[in-house]
Amino acid sequence: MADGSENAIRLSGLGRDYGERPALEGVDLELPAGASLAVLGPNGSGKSTLLRVLAALLRPSRGEVSVLGCSLPDDAWKLRGRIGYLGHEPLLYEDLTGRENLEFQARLYGLKPDQARARIESDLALLGMDRRANYRVSDYSAGMKQRIAICRAVLHRPSLLLLDEPDSNLDPEGRAAARALIGRESELGWKAEGPVTRVAVSHEPEKARAEADQVLELKIGAAA
Amino acid sequence: MTPFGQALGAIVAKDLRTELRTMRSLPAMILFAVTTFIIFRFGLDRTALSGSLASGVVWTTLLFAAVLGINRIFLPEREEGGFDAFRLAPVERPVLFAAKAMVLFLYLAVLEVIVVPVFAVFFLNDWSGLMPLIPVLLLTNLGFAALGTLISSMAVNSRARDLLVPLLLLPLVVPLMIAATGATSPLLDSGGPSYDKFGTWLLMLGLYDGIFCLVGYAVFDFLLED
Repeated sequence: MADGSENAIRLSGLGRDYGERPALEGVDLELPAGASLAVLGPNGSGKSTLLRVLAALLRPSRGEVSVLGCSLPDDAWKLRGRIGYLGHEPLLYEDLTGRENLEFQARLYGLKPDQARARIESDLALLGMDRRANYRVSDYSAGMKQRIAICRAVLHRPSLLLLDEPDSNLDPEGRAAARALIGRESELGWKAEGPVTRVAVSHEPEKARAEADQVLELKIGAAA
Repeated sequence: MTPFGQALGAIVAKDLRTELRTMRSLPAMILFAVTTFIIFRFGLDRTALSGSLASGVVWTTLLFAAVLGINRIFLPEREEGGFDAFRLAPVERPVLFAAKAMVLFLYLAVLEVIVVPVFAVFFLNDWSGLMPLIPVLLLTNLGFAALGTLISSMAVNSRARDLLVPLLLLPLVVPLMIAATGATSPLLDSGGPSYDKFGTWLLMLGLYDGIFCLVGYAVFDFLLED
């Protein structure tokens, strides 16, 4: 549960435009550290855009954005390495194997070799990819790519997880395995240095409402 | 932040491993260069070249072969989300510039190790100018690598990148080519290498390299911004 001591995310009047077209408008939110947020809304309502703004991959067009105590976009550099981001694209190199992708990620995040090896093996095993991790990503199915992408997103044990439809392309077994790594119960398996805050885009309102501490519903171009 | 050297090594190793596995850039560069030498050989109807003509042939060929590599250097980052992954990582952004420039430099070095001897076989009666050519090749490669990485990073997000890279690169590379051909020409003279203004040309190449390495390092942060 959320410890409520400090907001991991604070948004006030957040807006983001693509050219002339507003993708997000007037989004307000306060999410305590350690809490989980479900982001709901129809296609085109700006859910993925919101996640990219929170990950400092997109600059907000207006409004105030504070993530893990960093004001965006000015302090975006301070967020690097503290966010686990799982987007629509798996962010994996197709010509490397799943394991090589994770090893590359570990080196970029400055993990020590022993620590990296241990995490990679345990996460791969948890997601049922340990025996298929030496195949090239280009040979993977969409579900296998998603499993490796989940491993990539949490390899550095981030304080904030931004998950864009994490269940997509996963079979029921894969969903259960993914939940073990990125869901609430995952804290049994790994812990970041502090509480882990989760923001997950979902297209399953009932399930999302049942599992999340807070829900943010986006309409086309605005928060509900 | 991850130490500069560790991140640099990770990206360079990743790119070299990918190239060794897929052979997407280097074979095309080498094939282009060798084919161009063959065309020059028959087009000029000469079995031997020297001086400025030899210098022009070798650098024209290397320049356009380099463009092939420059065009592709950021494609995996663009097409497979590498830019986003890199922007999320605790890494200084100029690391990516330095790593890509290093990879491009290595591609060019491998290209030259293979095609300069081919050029010599086709066109040179006297090979004694090849050894002093090495510093010219290395300094020119560094200029290509720095400028090429910078231009490629600007063009990669455009659908017209195949057009943009040469359009932006070629005018900016003219000073580099003037210095490279100026340094190479006396080395390939028919009577053996001479070193007329050799030091001046090397200095000019070094200055050009320094400017574009610094520019790339300074502006790369902004080029990766949304």
